[in-house]
Amino acid sequence: MIAFFAAAVIAATPLLFATLGELLTEKSGSLNLGVEGMMLIGAVIGFVTGYSTGSAVLALIGAFVAGAAGGLIFAVVTVTLRANQVVTGLTLTIFGGGVARFLGDDLIGLSVPLSVQAVFKPVAIPLLSAIPALGPIFFKQDIFVYLGYLCVVLVAIYLYRTRTGLNMRAVGENTAAADAAGIPVTLHKYVHICLGGGLCGLGGAYLALVTVPMWQADVVNGRGWIAVALVIFASWNPIKAFLGSYLFGGLSILGLRLQSAGIHISQYLVDLFPYLACIVIVVISTHKNRKEDLPPANLSVPYFREER
Amino acid sequence: MSALSSLTSRLPFALVKRPTMSTRAQVLARIAAVVLSIVFASLVLLLFSLNPIQVFATIIKGSLGTKMRIQQTVVKAIPLTITSLGILVAFKMKFWNIGGEGQIVMGALGATVVALHFPETLPAPVMLVSMAAAAMICGGIWALIPAAFKARYGTNETIFTLMMNYLAIKFVTYLQYGPWRDPNSAGFPKIPPYPDNAVLPRLFGVHIGWVIALVLVAAVWLFLNHTKKGFEISVVGESLPTARYAGMNISRVILVAMAVSGGLCGLVGMIQTSAIEKTLTYGIGGGYGFTAIITAWLSRLNAIVVLFVCIAFAMLLQGAAFLQLQLQVPASVAEIVQGAILFFVLGSEFFLNYRIGRRRAAAAGGDGIGTNAEVDA
Repeated sequence: MIAFFAAAVIAATPLLFATLGELLTEKSGSLNLGVEGMMLIGAVIGFVTGYSTGSAVLALIGAFVAGAAGGLIFAVVTVTLRANQVVTGLTLTIFGGGVARFLGDDLIGLSVPLSVQAVFKPVAIPLLSAIPALGPIFFKQDIFVYLGYLCVVLVAIYLYRTRTGLNMRAVGENTAAADAAGIPVTLHKYVHICLGGGLCGLGGAYLALVTVPMWQADVVNGRGWIAVALVIFASWNPIKAFLGSYLFGGLSILGLRLQSAGIHISQYLVDLFPYLACIVIVVISTHKNRKEDLPPANLSVPYFREER
Repeated sequence: MSALSSLTSRLPFALVKRPTMSTRAQVLARIAAVVLSIVFASLVLLLFSLNPIQVFATIIKGSLGTKMRIQQTVVKAIPLTITSLGILVAFKMKFWNIGGEGQIVMGALGATVVALHFPETLPAPVMLVSMAAAAMICGGIWALIPAAFKARYGTNETIFTLMMNYLAIKFVTYLQYGPWRDPNSAGFPKIPPYPDNAVLPRLFGVHIGWVIALVLVAAVWLFLNHTKKGFEISVVGESLPTARYAGMNISRVILVAMAVSGGLCGLVGMIQTSAIEKTLTYGIGGGYGFTAIITAWLSRLNAIVVLFVCIAFAMLLQGAAFLQLQLQVPASVAEIVQGAILFFVLGSEFFLNYRIGRRRAAAAGGDGIGTNAEVDA
């Protein structure tokens, strides 16, 4: 049982990064549906960098920068050029898929260098890992997982305990009022879209470098879209995003566990669970009416100052 | 940045919203965007030390070089055109149906149930029409599920339709590897092949899907531009309050539009199984459900224009496949170019909707550059 939950944490980590990334983007008022694309770009660049340099740090930086670059394209087209966010996000997903296949076709089957794999070996945290049950589940993981925990804490503090975070939420809630209050609206949107893209890139890199340390064509396989749904599930709250990611991480590995437990159900049917759960979440979230559960009021509303 | 914005507010220029532009200017802006994206793609190719002229020449040669290649291009244009028509009907309503891929797969499933269970002695026309009907019903239902939730509860359709893709593909994978697996296929996980009366006939060397596509282009154009329902779809897309004020039954409009949208995508599933694969596979969608989003948007949601955009994209797809054989360049170049084209076109729309005007003129509403009336409109 503990092994199952520990595996769920690993399966959840890429979702967590992508969900936090999209959460930051949406909090600043932009709905970027290109998460899947940015994860793919991050995955392929992270893998290529790790493979050619043998450095885990460079691989992570590469993945972050690549994801952020995807975000930057989105920002230029939707913030500055005010294009439709839905279509631009979808385009980013198609574009990212093309980039990943273009760079990755020759890499299929290649493994992550051992020097990189060694960095992502599980490390037990002293004291914490000795806690019964919780210790082995949460604190005998690789440093990438710990980086995920750190990101949740940082994002939560940033959003609710810093002035910049407050300003950024103001941009997402009421862009015109934020602009009138002297908050640099465009800068806030650009920074958070790119930051969000970078986190999505890291999520993709986790899949390519740690989950299966080998390049596969279908490495992201819809997880970007699950992350978009998780943001809704989490009501735009980073702590709930953390819980949601682990729930889905568990769901996504359920099939393997059921089979090894001797329950005979087709793997292909079990594969349906996360997507089905996603639909259920989206339907249920429609019925949330509490004020703190609502999306940012100006989410995906293009802002043009002269139109106020 | 705030210093910067106070600086920009002192500049004598500002963005001004344009009144509507002439069709000619719109077409020019789009052509400029496509040219720019080709320039961009060339730069990318140069980065990978490929000769862009050689690459583009190979794409043209691969898509139009011989009679057989032209036929292959048409074969790719057929599903793309019909799927784009389906997507277009939904997008006209600003209903973001990105579930085209799943609707194709479910349509293919419906067609296959008919093809493998109706008697083999049935005349081919009866068989094919039954298959098409089953496909359109299945695709339509697959689209109606998210549409019903949208109409009733306002559920986000983007994620819903997308997840329906995965459900459809995983379910058909299950059938293909499980209960529907052909025991006579020598170990390959395949669904039994269609009987002969379930295969679409050919006309001029290409299966008659091309005739169906042309008829549907005209039909969808007429539906959207010359029927009451088509008009209602546009109004719901433009402004919900207007639609409500005009007394339209919005839920009904959403359901009708999505039934049409999913039905068209479902029909693609039937055409692809019947004419191309001759059986059902989980990969039957072939990515057309996603490429159609690009082609539908590029054509500004105009059914006639869709046809030409789809032919161009089919050339790109077919040419890229040839490119892979000839120059060992991955066919995924086509996806990058498609993405780049759409980014540039999306960006170019800005220059259609806004222009740089003189600030004082805009504020004073005088001297004809940007009057307040224009800014408000």
